[in-house]
Amino acid sequence: MVQLALPKNSRVGKGRHYPAPAGAKRVKTFRIYRYDPEGSENPRWDTYDVDVDACGPMLLDVLILIKNTVDPTLTFRRSCREGVCGSCAMNIGGRNTLACTHGWEDTPGKEIQVSPLPSQPVVKDLVPDLTLFYAQYASIEPWLHTETPEPQKEWPQTPEDRSKLDGLYECILCACCSTSCPSYWWNGEKYLGPATLLHAYRWLIDSRDEATGDRLDQLEDPFKLYRCHTIMNCAQVCPKGLNPAKAIAEIKKLMVERVA
Amino acid sequence: MTAPSQSFRTPMSRARGLGSAKHGVGHFIADRVSGLALIPLSIWAAFAGLKVAAGGYDMAIEWLSSPLNAVLLGLFMVAGFIHLRLAIQVVVEDYVEGFVSKSALLILNYFVCVLGAALGVFAILKVALLGAF
Repeated sequence: MVQLALPKNSRVGKGRHYPAPAGAKRVKTFRIYRYDPEGSENPRWDTYDVDVDACGPMLLDVLILIKNTVDPTLTFRRSCREGVCGSCAMNIGGRNTLACTHGWEDTPGKEIQVSPLPSQPVVKDLVPDLTLFYAQYASIEPWLHTETPEPQKEWPQTPEDRSKLDGLYECILCACCSTSCPSYWWNGEKYLGPATLLHAYRWLIDSRDEATGDRLDQLEDPFKLYRCHTIMNCAQVCPKGLNPAKAIAEIKKLMVERVA
Repeated sequence: MTAPSQSFRTPMSRARGLGSAKHGVGHFIADRVSGLALIPLSIWAAFAGLKVAAGGYDMAIEWLSSPLNAVLLGLFMVAGFIHLRLAIQVVVEDYVEGFVSKSALLILNYFVCVLGAALGVFAILKVALLGAF
């Protein structure tokens, strides 16, 4: 059965407290998940009182300030700091989003809790192990499949057909949606998850792709596709404002269309 | 979730797993169609239940002797148990891990739902055709 309580070595204990520097005028407390799987200690919540006048408005700015001035051992991924790379996806105040585009003031409450993306193994602190997530994405073969000899210049596409890819191609694979999905929590090994299915649909409706039937064959499975129960967490949390649930519904429609 | 370090299986091997079962759309359609049939049938059954409850035993026997009532109630039973079976199957698949316990529960679900539907239809036919004893 589903495991409801955390295993003993995953229970999160109380950690250290780092007070704000003297003279700080505006102080906000951040409660951050800390874990090193290579050590022997359980995960812990460290609390940092941060002088928020000393950094920018985004949560990533706060994390960088902590790392640079308070605690250099704090580990997190970040790269573009403008919402196009997807590296800094994490759970902020109970909601998966990108730390770089999320203003910490938008999270209510006295303390702001920051933890890694849920349900994935933790590499360290806020860094989740997404290898299975990436492999699932690769398993749908996210590239153009054709048998017709390649044209001299390019595969043409009408503006209407191109517009069908809008709302799909923008996905940056940050994994906010998949790791917010209860179905993915319970059956993450077998269910492909919203992000991968959104990409699967992106290739299914690409007018230039010639493998639509094979792609549908690969997806028609009680677990790979049909674990989606339209819970809609994916669409709620997507930091790019996309709607993976709708893409999955469209795949289910295509499945019906080919038998009806 | 199993830790990747416990095995040398590659992530791609885990992602592909046993491959696609190449079914699932049948379940999806049956679920939607039985659900659709149950919308009018449930409304009808609710009203019928209130009416029969108010009328007493003899009136209930008489009510069920009408072919339309008996057939609609039989369809309500069958559609209801088909829908129930499909829904419970999804719940079991979602939450139960392990091939043996999962298979056992799915088979039990199937048996109980078929039994329920068969008993229901038989009881309706008995009263509808043979009347009260």
